[in-house]
Amino acid sequence: MVQTLINAISLGSIYALVALGIGLLFGVLKVINFAHGDFITIGAFALIIPSSQAAAEMGIGLMPWPLVIAGVAAVVVLTALAAEFLVFRPLRGADSATVMIASFALGYFLQSSLLLVFGSRPKSVNLWSQLNVPVVLGGAETSLLQIIIIAATALLIAGLGFLMRYTSVGLAMRAAAENFRMARLVGVRANLVIGAAIALSGILAAAVSLLIVVQTGVLSYRMGVPLMIFGFVATVIGGMGSLLGSAVGGFAVGIVSVLAQTFLPESARPFRDAVVFSVVFLVLMLRPKGLIGGGQRGERI
Amino acid sequence: MSAASSRPGTVRRFETPVILVAGLAFLVLLATWVPGIVSPRSIAQLMIWVVLVVGLYTFSGLSGIISFGQTTFSTIAAYCVAWLTLNPFVKASSMPGLPQFILSASLHPLASAAISIAVAAAIGLVVALAVMRLAGEAATIATFALLIVVNSIYGNWNSVTGGMSSIVGIPIVVGVWIAFGTAVLAIVVAYAFQTSRGGLMLQASRDDEVAARASGIEVKRWRIIAFVISAALMGLGGVVQAHFLGVISVESFYLGTTFMTLAMLVVGGRSSLTGAVVGAVILSLVTSVLRGLERGVELGSVNLQIPSGIQEVALGALMLVMLVRRRRGLCGLWEARFSRGDAD
Repeated sequence: MVQTLINAISLGSIYALVALGIGLLFGVLKVINFAHGDFITIGAFALIIPSSQAAAEMGIGLMPWPLVIAGVAAVVVLTALAAEFLVFRPLRGADSATVMIASFALGYFLQSSLLLVFGSRPKSVNLWSQLNVPVVLGGAETSLLQIIIIAATALLIAGLGFLMRYTSVGLAMRAAAENFRMARLVGVRANLVIGAAIALSGILAAAVSLLIVVQTGVLSYRMGVPLMIFGFVATVIGGMGSLLGSAVGGFAVGIVSVLAQTFLPESARPFRDAVVFSVVFLVLMLRPKGLIGGGQRGERI
Repeated sequence: MSAASSRPGTVRRFETPVILVAGLAFLVLLATWVPGIVSPRSIAQLMIWVVLVVGLYTFSGLSGIISFGQTTFSTIAAYCVAWLTLNPFVKASSMPGLPQFILSASLHPLASAAISIAVAAAIGLVVALAVMRLAGEAATIATFALLIVVNSIYGNWNSVTGGMSSIVGIPIVVGVWIAFGTAVLAIVVAYAFQTSRGGLMLQASRDDEVAARASGIEVKRWRIIAFVISAALMGLGGVVQAHFLGVISVESFYLGTTFMTLAMLVVGGRSSLTGAVVGAVILSLVTSVLRGLERGVELGSVNLQIPSGIQEVALGALMLVMLVRRRRGLCGLWEARFSRGDAD
């Protein structure tokens, strides 16, 4: 039971991080970033030396762990900032549908670039596998990695919360999320705020890249897509534009997934995702604005 | 919008579909009469793209809500075709979980097409009733979720769909002329809806949702209707594709097709039917040229070849450049017509 709970919370942590990355950008830019999953993929591939060989050779991944984290974060943040400069900034003022298609096209572009460079075969990598050791906690057997995932997520959410609440950039971001035009009128620099939001969302994506690679040990050029889908679902059921909602939604989706995995009959297991999404549909039918407010109610971003 | 200019006399009213169909007919004649320029097969595939993009346009173009899930209805219809037309012996071995009356069925392609499209439209209605409760962006995400869910169901339901493996042996009955015929059908349906009362109201809500609501337009209702028509057209595309290649799999209408149809719509111009058709034609031709280059082309003594995989990267880049430089696409709001006088 405790084991199931830990599984649920650690899966929920990953989804919460993805959802926060998506929700952050949506809050400020009102853009749904369909390339967020590919940012995660890029972070994962940043670990290895570019080649289409089946066997992956570690590049950044061989360094000491603080440098690995910094290196992966740098690659993803630079990719995200490049996307902001080349795609999102020229589209400032375009309707949201256009920006959404652009982010989808960006995601496709990144995926096919990765495919071109690294090939389509999944590659197995071995990063920090010593973390996959079993530990006994409260009478239940779990792995050290799951506890690290939960701890890292808690740390990142706390850090994000601090940044939002107590720094001037955070204040500017919250102001921009509330009313972008008004914020600009009182002197908030639009490009700075958006740059900060997309960089932060890149850092969150990089964290997910690392956690997922350690957990699964596999790289593939579409690996970010399913994560992104769950992140989307989490932001939608949490209430679009609320960071708290994104995090809550992420945990909710993780918990429902694990419960479905544990309690569904054997023959229905392959349809776990379909069951999860059906729950989502149900939530949306009952509360079209999501679990946590949305609209002008509650604290946004 | 073209609303004001679609009123004049009957000849003028049908200008746009007539021009579009004539353009497509020209391509078919070129392929069948002049050998060596384009193969009839690639023109037939182009026509199927036209069906799919026009189908996507009927919902996303007219309502302004981007859907990433429309190709789901092609998957649904294409599998339906496989269930209804495949040789019963083949079905019994590859998809033993089907109910008996489907297992023993071996319908005429037209009958199965009608049933398959109806199934796609019916599921489209159920989905639309749920999804259209949501506002713009959330609705888009829901359509994306739909794409993933149906893909995961069809990919895992081995006893009924054959899982991830392809289904082969669907009767190949579609050639370039039938493909052309379905493209014409799709264009006529889309244009009839676009110029109908409901279609005009839907476009008004796309251009200004608040004003449209304030004028008493039932936005949700027309979105649902457009979604169902679109699902039927996407289903038609799936049916034709299945009978053209004889093979389908869950990957046939997944992310790649979703991207391709969207790219075609965006490059052509997502707010006009002409844009949808032009985009489908141009990108089909561009991709077949790039595919040819990936295989290698002899130019005199030089063998020109580009690495495979360039085609996808180039398409992604083209779409991004198009969005950044000309976000309304090649055609914008323009519809093909002979006269220029009463342009809006």
